[in-house]
Amino acid sequence: MATQTQSTPDTGRNAALGRGVFDVLQEWITTVDHKRIGLLYIGYALVFLIVAGVEAILMRIQLVVPHNTFVSPQVFNRLFTMHGTTMVFFVGMPILFGFGNYLVPLMIGARDMAFPRLNAFSFWISAFGGVLLYFSYFAGSGLYGAGTAPDVGWFAYAPLTARVFSPGHSTDYWTLSIFLSGIGSIGTALNIVATTLCMRCPGMKLSRLPLLVWLYVVTSFLVFVAVSPLTAAQIMLLVDRYLGGHFFDTQAGGSAVLWMHFFWIFGHPEVYVLVLPAFAFANEIIPVFSRKAIFGYPAMVSASVAIGFISLSVWAHHMFTVGMGPGPNAFFTFATMVISVPTGIKIFNWLATLWGGNIHFTTPMIFSIAFLFQFLIAGLTGIILSVSPFDWQLGNSYFVVAHFHYVLVGAILFMIFAAFYYWYPKFTGRMLSDTLGKWHFWLFLIGFHLTFDFMHVPGMLGMPRRIYTYEADRGWTVWNVIVSSGALFQAVAVAIFAYNLVVSYFKGEKSGPDPWDAWTLEWSTSSPPPSYNFATIPTVESRRPLWDLKHPEEPDSYYE
Amino acid sequence: MNSVRAGLPTSLGCSRNRASSDGAYPELDRRANSSQPRQYAVARWLGFADEPFSSYGHKLPMRLAMLPSPESAAAFAAIFDTAGSFGSRAQHFCLAGIALFDQPSASLFAPHTTPARSIFDLSILVMVICGAIFVLVAGLLVFTLIRYRHRRGYTVREPAQIYGSTQVELSWTVIPILIVVVLFLATARVIFVTENAPKPASALDVVVIGHQYWWEFRYPKLGIVTANELHVPVSDPAQPTPTYLTMSSADTDHSFWVPRLGGKMDVLPNKVNTLWLDPDTAGLYLGQCAQYCGTQHAKMLLRVYADSPAAFASWVAEQHKPARQAPEGAEGRAVFQSNACVNCHTISGTSAAGRFGPDLSHVASRTTIASGAVRLNEENLHAFIDDPAHFKPGALMPAMHLNDHDLNAVTQYLMTLH
Repeated sequence: MATQTQSTPDTGRNAALGRGVFDVLQEWITTVDHKRIGLLYIGYALVFLIVAGVEAILMRIQLVVPHNTFVSPQVFNRLFTMHGTTMVFFVGMPILFGFGNYLVPLMIGARDMAFPRLNAFSFWISAFGGVLLYFSYFAGSGLYGAGTAPDVGWFAYAPLTARVFSPGHSTDYWTLSIFLSGIGSIGTALNIVATTLCMRCPGMKLSRLPLLVWLYVVTSFLVFVAVSPLTAAQIMLLVDRYLGGHFFDTQAGGSAVLWMHFFWIFGHPEVYVLVLPAFAFANEIIPVFSRKAIFGYPAMVSASVAIGFISLSVWAHHMFTVGMGPGPNAFFTFATMVISVPTGIKIFNWLATLWGGNIHFTTPMIFSIAFLFQFLIAGLTGIILSVSPFDWQLGNSYFVVAHFHYVLVGAILFMIFAAFYYWYPKFTGRMLSDTLGKWHFWLFLIGFHLTFDFMHVPGMLGMPRRIYTYEADRGWTVWNVIVSSGALFQAVAVAIFAYNLVVSYFKGEKSGPDPWDAWTLEWSTSSPPPSYNFATIPTVESRRPLWDLKHPEEPDSYYE
Repeated sequence: MNSVRAGLPTSLGCSRNRASSDGAYPELDRRANSSQPRQYAVARWLGFADEPFSSYGHKLPMRLAMLPSPESAAAFAAIFDTAGSFGSRAQHFCLAGIALFDQPSASLFAPHTTPARSIFDLSILVMVICGAIFVLVAGLLVFTLIRYRHRRGYTVREPAQIYGSTQVELSWTVIPILIVVVLFLATARVIFVTENAPKPASALDVVVIGHQYWWEFRYPKLGIVTANELHVPVSDPAQPTPTYLTMSSADTDHSFWVPRLGGKMDVLPNKVNTLWLDPDTAGLYLGQCAQYCGTQHAKMLLRVYADSPAAFASWVAEQHKPARQAPEGAEGRAVFQSNACVNCHTISGTSAAGRFGPDLSHVASRTTIASGAVRLNEENLHAFIDDPAHFKPGALMPAMHLNDHDLNAVTQYLMTLH
């Protein structure tokens, strides 16, 4: 075990020095410290990131040539269901909540979340949901024989989930795991909102909140509104399956479209639940490495709130092909296009933050810059898809798969990696290796573009998603080979990243409390912070309290 | 081409290709030889646009490298056939029953109906606007990153802090709003024109029913029921005969998508959707189910034949006849009727009246079986009846476990049902 120079008597590492494994384990399992719960979320999500990544690679191997028999159609269908469900519910949500848990109290000068025990409960119930989902591999078919995982797709359209089409218990595992993780998400969202509203340190007015915290508040409100209908739909599905309900039972007058509405009124805000924290990271990282204050703070806050509201009225753009009729199609086209305006404001404000700055291309910054380009492209393909007649062609094709992976990987995952490089020193007291970080970045960048740039093409050539194999004559093969080859680069890059996380923990350069010369409160305490975060609760007078300390001759408070 | 419909499916691939050069398909010839103003050179080069096979020459090395199986090698030869070489050899391959692979692409940038064309035009507008935005913003970003990069010897402690500018921020709010309005108006026009198009009296009605992993097509006014291969007439703009598809599902969600004929429309249980198409060119248009519907979603393929009015009339006449009762099929017919086949399949004029599987009254007039998964010939049909999972693992038809004699008899019988 490495020695610590800072006085951090109760972090996990020091605790491990004099105690047995079980003591440490017990400390982590029973912890109500927001930082440890945050790290638990992150660690748990990383495990599932690897699992779902392996699922993606298996699918790409299957699709590399037409009529491949690497996996059976049944296995392939389970793979894409598990990949999607895992990535959204057990990677994206927990990893973002993990960073939120860790950072929100620190950034507002609080000593913990408002409800520490609710916080622990939320994590463990979500974690149980993920374990339950994977337990289906062993128990999905119950008494019917060998176990199976769910194979209904991550949006589980009715009536494929009805018992007649989905016998056994695999769909029940899917339903219950999402139901449980939803409870955890609502608990954490509640906690973040309550913490932000009630636990701010003196002087931390709402207009001085770091943008990261603002975005987490918007995200949390979205979670309230979006997860509730999803949870309701899961209960309705269970009623259908076991209590003779007919909500989605089309054979008995139920409606398949009803499920779609329920799912997507969750599903689209969910995209913003995932992407707003990515924006949050960018809002902290880009100014620090441009050495400039964020450009247009009020506009950034307004744009985030506007995105939150508008995102609740765009869900049916996932349903342009279900036959809603021209009126609803036109409405949802318009609503979807409108959301590009506040999103555009954000991109331009980041650009303006860079403008005139002194840009340092550190590892977190290059990930953020890649995020800017990729999010720009993802937004533009989003506009393309919002044009509903074009969506009649592109919907459910590989173009859509490419588009949302551009958002989920190109924007969100890149920002998650940036956040790791940026806050890892705060989490551990040590820097992540910069050399490995650069390798990680370039390999992942190459892999990402090979995979997801070229994935747009088979979509435009008529390749629908979720097919386990395809015909040789459609001209899709060459594109699938390129797409699959990119997966290889990404896998190597993620392996380097995982190695970096482990090695740097033991051998990384010591970071000190403020390695980036940054401006928000988390950098004012030691790395890692003590369990009480701040020995004395700080008082702030501007949006960048550490800037004020470092530049007493010209503090922000003069200008705000 | 008519002979194909009349019952020589094994030669379809070749005859179709040859038709495009021997004048039997003047419309196809015209389009193949015209400059095709809607298609861009780059799109053609990338394989987005359909084009005469003879122009595939420059792509052959790449295509050859991608060919994974002997079947595709034959397809390669079949492609070369129309280029004028290897004629007889390619034909040999075709007759060997592997010419399923010589079909045109399913690119959505090769529109052949009014809706597909209006979508295509709109898509060009949208992509040009988005492309322009990308070039502008990405260019600005690159410039900023280079211009304001940290340089060695940067002496100032921190750059000037700029907290915002109302005018600048207002401009990048208002300009996007204007772009959105323009895009929305252009889009709304296409939505309403396509979805509210009045249905002419001359329209053909087809009922499309999606089943777990195959398509049922019913022509209520013509008294025809068929499966997986949809025949529609070419529509002359002067006297339009569009086809109106009324769609629903027998089980899970499906989606009808033939890119060159227009956008997709979901085929949902307990909901009726409509979609119309008016192909301007005779030929075969490929598509497939575009909504995940279960295990074999991948092999729920779609083949739409747009026929000239005369060809369509003769196809209708053939389909209208009751199923053939050829003497060489008598034995197989008896086996068919005394087995569970009748529970799921219909053959007109026999006791088989099942609705769960495809109508087999004219099964031998089709080019493929298993919803387009494999071409129809005796060998494939034999294998499919013996064990449908051979081509389509997860298909709902059970393996019938007929003995060899019965299996051969049924296969022979079905092959007589032109």
